[in-house]
Amino acid sequence: MNAPLSPPAPSPKDTAAEDRIISIATLAVGGQGGGVLTNWIIDVAERNGFRAQSTSVAGVAQRTGATIYYVEMCPDRGRQPVFSLSPAQGDVDVLIAAELMEAGRAILRGFVTPDRTTLIASDHRIAAVSEKIVPGDGRADGAEVKSAALKAARNFVCFDMEKMAVEAGSVISSSLFGALAGSGVLPFPRESFEATIEASGRGAKASLRAFGLAYDKAAADRAALAAGGEPPILKPVAAPVRGPKPAPTGDAGQLGQWQALVQRAEALPEPVCEMAMAGLRKTVDYQDAAYGGEYLDRLDAALKIDTGERRDFSIAAAKYIANAMCYDDIVRVADLKTRASRLARVRTEVGAGEATVLQVTEYFHPRIEEVCASLPAGLGGWIEARPGLARWLDGFINKGRRIRTDSLRGFLMLWVVAGMRPRRRGMLRHGAEMAHLDAWYALAAARVESDYALAVEILRCRRLIKGYSDTHARGLSKYDRVLGALPMIEGRADAADWLRRLREAALKDEKGVELDGALKTIASFALPETASA
Amino acid sequence: MAERSFAKEVQKLRLGDGEEFSGEGILAITKALLECGVGYVGGYQGAPISHLMDVLADAQDILGELGVHFEASASEATATAMLAASVHYPIRGAATFKSTVGTNVASDALANLASGGVTGGALIIVGEDYGEGSSIMQERSHAFAMKSQVWLLDPRPDLPTIVKTVRNGFELSEASNTPVMMQVRIRCCHVHGSFETRDNVRPSMTVADALDKPLRDTNRIVLPPASFLHEHEKIKARWPAAVDYIRKNKVNEFFGAKSGKIGIVMQGGMYNGVIRALQRLGLADIYGETEVPMYVLNAVYPLVDEEFLDFARDKDAVLVVEEGQPNYIEQAFGAMLYRSGATVKLAGKDYLPMAGEYTGQVMLDSIGNFIRDFAGDMLPDTVRAPNVEAPVIDVPNLAANVPGRPPGFCVGCPERPIFAATKLVEEELGQHHIASDIGCHLFSIMPPFELGATTMGYGLGPASASAFNAPDAKRRSISFVGDGGFWHNGLTSSIGNAVFNQNDGVIVIVDNFYSSATGGQDILSSRADNKTKSTKHPITAAVKGMGATWVRQVDRTYDVGKMQATLKEALTTKEKGPKVIVASSECMLNRQRREKPIVAKAIADGKRAVKPRFGVDEDVCTGDHACMRLSGCPSLSVKTLDDPLRDDPVAAIDQNCVGCGNCGEVAEAAVLCPSFYRADTIHNPTGAEKFADRMRRRAIGWLQSRRAEKRLNFAEV
Repeated sequence: MNAPLSPPAPSPKDTAAEDRIISIATLAVGGQGGGVLTNWIIDVAERNGFRAQSTSVAGVAQRTGATIYYVEMCPDRGRQPVFSLSPAQGDVDVLIAAELMEAGRAILRGFVTPDRTTLIASDHRIAAVSEKIVPGDGRADGAEVKSAALKAARNFVCFDMEKMAVEAGSVISSSLFGALAGSGVLPFPRESFEATIEASGRGAKASLRAFGLAYDKAAADRAALAAGGEPPILKPVAAPVRGPKPAPTGDAGQLGQWQALVQRAEALPEPVCEMAMAGLRKTVDYQDAAYGGEYLDRLDAALKIDTGERRDFSIAAAKYIANAMCYDDIVRVADLKTRASRLARVRTEVGAGEATVLQVTEYFHPRIEEVCASLPAGLGGWIEARPGLARWLDGFINKGRRIRTDSLRGFLMLWVVAGMRPRRRGMLRHGAEMAHLDAWYALAAARVESDYALAVEILRCRRLIKGYSDTHARGLSKYDRVLGALPMIEGRADAADWLRRLREAALKDEKGVELDGALKTIASFALPETASA
Repeated sequence: MAERSFAKEVQKLRLGDGEEFSGEGILAITKALLECGVGYVGGYQGAPISHLMDVLADAQDILGELGVHFEASASEATATAMLAASVHYPIRGAATFKSTVGTNVASDALANLASGGVTGGALIIVGEDYGEGSSIMQERSHAFAMKSQVWLLDPRPDLPTIVKTVRNGFELSEASNTPVMMQVRIRCCHVHGSFETRDNVRPSMTVADALDKPLRDTNRIVLPPASFLHEHEKIKARWPAAVDYIRKNKVNEFFGAKSGKIGIVMQGGMYNGVIRALQRLGLADIYGETEVPMYVLNAVYPLVDEEFLDFARDKDAVLVVEEGQPNYIEQAFGAMLYRSGATVKLAGKDYLPMAGEYTGQVMLDSIGNFIRDFAGDMLPDTVRAPNVEAPVIDVPNLAANVPGRPPGFCVGCPERPIFAATKLVEEELGQHHIASDIGCHLFSIMPPFELGATTMGYGLGPASASAFNAPDAKRRSISFVGDGGFWHNGLTSSIGNAVFNQNDGVIVIVDNFYSSATGGQDILSSRADNKTKSTKHPITAAVKGMGATWVRQVDRTYDVGKMQATLKEALTTKEKGPKVIVASSECMLNRQRREKPIVAKAIADGKRAVKPRFGVDEDVCTGDHACMRLSGCPSLSVKTLDDPLRDDPVAAIDQNCVGCGNCGEVAEAAVLCPSFYRADTIHNPTGAEKFADRMRRRAIGWLQSRRAEKRLNFAEV
């Protein structure tokens, strides 16, 4: 207390030189347990003869949004220091970020400075809503945050503390606490941190496990850095070793065909081979060995026109022809949902043991379009040609259906639909899809000579077509709009670049607002020329 | 039942003389009220003061032992009107709420209370929701104090001072017959610290005593001629009495050197921030010892002219650190100095920013500049003229990279499907004018829903759409109001108004069984049994009682199809007058807190229990994320597959999923895709269930292997 009449302290300036306030700010996403961590920090400080103060902002701010907890502490000399209530730029000793982008936010807000801040950040992402709702990949770049952190922080402790906690059966507050202890930034022994966790009771064992893992990792990183190594975060992550994938099992006749297909694929030029193998597996898995053969035939054609050293066209073809051949229809969905491997995966995901009784409900909403697509081409086309009939039938079909695939009845329904797979080539949808594939491929192939890069970009536009029903229709329309711009850009030196930009714009938002903008930009420089010509 | 339980902490309220209390600011305030012999307490929840209400609710036994009456008031106006008990009777009373929103609502009662004045001490504790973490418009409570002439205390944010200020507040109120407001800022409410306690004091007169011996005095009632006299009384008697009390009891504090070239005056709440700035400038130690004279206003209204003029005398310049705007205090000081003919330079909003929170950096820069200009020689050489330039840190600007993370709906929130349904209806019928209200449901204005054009105050959602009532319009307005806002004042201001004025719009009442945004307190329509409150009053009955005829109850908001159909019907029906939809499902945060332990116990006890969870078939998902544009659920996110054929990340549901059903319902209602599945784990199944499961799985396994034999099967990686 600093009451006006309190006796003068023994030369305040000296104590000031001796004791410093240590400030610790925690940036977390609401619901991550920042409060628990804060209480632990207070506890460990008090255990070590420090005075500490914590503040937080409770309320609506904590509902899944970014939130800050703040602690200040200093050795207890029998007097109450004046602690600040919120973190200030350039005045933070330890910044704990419970998620990578929150570390970025801390840097952005000036809480991380090279003269004093130890930045402890978990190297995992919790995507913000704005990142998730993008039709393409809207996720922010974590590498940029890390490279900024290396410049902004005095020390940067960074590894996946979320994974570590989950593996230990605990939550991230435990591993963050471990990293804090292991970083050595607080003058407290490890045992006192552990005593704090033990005293907190429930779940202490798992918490201690996570704490220990994080402590060891942080301490080891520190030692490595002290020994003159480069920051561990800079070490390239070893790419997951992709050994040869196990051979399939099943029908002996097809297995023989498979061997032959694999030999064909492996004989392809090296840069194409990996993608071709993935494509081969996908197409065979989707239909049968013969379908895989069709895939490789198409790929051979692409390779034939891919001249010189260039292989981009073939790689793109290997990827997108496979995707185009494996269009999403109800047979595919029924097939995927009735496999034994799928059931096993569901059990793993929900953490159900082999003996546990599990009920699985699937959500379907079929429409007449999907039914016609799966009928023999003649019949399906006949119905589609009669809108009145189609509408009438749709009245019976078009509604949400929940199917219990753990029940025999529900499983059988899907099993029967999946059983239509051998007849897929005769279905209405197959014809349409193959025609679309041929047209798309021809569009690209015709430009290999004149504008190689553009041909590759045309293939890549296949990425726009995805999803089911309305989503699929929207994707198709975006695909049409993007490729519809070809006449405007063709012949320009930067045509491929423009097509790429259009595709990327189309993946930015649902309605295609960015795409419209990009198309307008192109029209502004492309159309007047044609008009004046 | 509130979100946070203080059942354990409230035991600290029993501490007696000379013991040490250690805990949160909010709890310290409660303890101080009891030490001051408060007779009754009321209030309305809202951050940062919610926990004060929760503490009081959890402390009802202790309050009862002391004869203290506690009420969870219907609104801030109710809470303030409650202080009428201190008008004639010498009973100390306290009310608490969030400010300035609460003070806005309370101001009718506040003005009447202030006019007639009080006999017993009346203390209003306002949680000043300003600056980082605030969820409301940025204004000052100060203006209310000035306009109604109630006194405003702004204690230094440490527990002993807060506790002392509560005591000062009651005494000041009694000494000047005026209600007193004490403001505590967001972080101050949640600051952890300690203080030495005193015994709790039973009120010398309880509300029961007062009821037995009623008093009245026409002169205290706001009606002419008394109301004219009140104004003069405020100026002639109450104001001087207040100034006298503040000065005699040293409510305001002086720190630092007795004299100097410069001085700093500040609101009490700014003290710690100012000290930190001085520490960083090398002018204070960690205990706040400093050479800079400081005048700390724990009472910011009224100001004590003599104290300030004394402080300013012989100084070259005085800096006023006053957060928020307008700068009432600085203006008042300016007038004082001018009238006294002083020549001291008055600095304030010229060094400090006019608007916005006074953060550490703002304080450091502003105070630094002030001292450099008027007393540069005080500064250590290293600060005044550093030998080395501050290093320029070449950190890449992450502004474009770091995504914003505003608060949003929780995992499994029952309000999410309401807005998913609204978005789907708008896709079908076109965009509508949507009026929003205060509460969690206001998150609808953010992605992914982006629904709602305005918010005009608690319970005023439908009221704010009342102008949009045109007979020739082709579309109707849609307005939202939460159950909290509905009971707060929406029933009359919004529903009653719409019925009376024959408004044709659609009103959706979001009923999640609690006042959820403020921390899950019970309200009239809560479904919970509450020992001390009357609950389970249906909203539909109230709405019908107001005269609304088109009223629909949706009992499970997760039924997106039904929600969608009901909304569509409301927007298209030929019936005139307001179309009211009450959409009810329990707040998931509260439901989980209630159910989780029960389910865990049932499982442990060997009883049958079902745990639902949703999942995504990653090979069925095509990565368009349409589902997320109708959800925004934190547990539904994206993940990258280890598949070179895939460009875009697919949907994935994490361990936090509570199986609310929104994903599946939305996929079904919007015809998205068949990727979602719901997996119900049956814990401790019955014998028959186990047997049937075994049989089914055997049959399914046989079917699977039969098919597997006829094709090629690739192992999942």
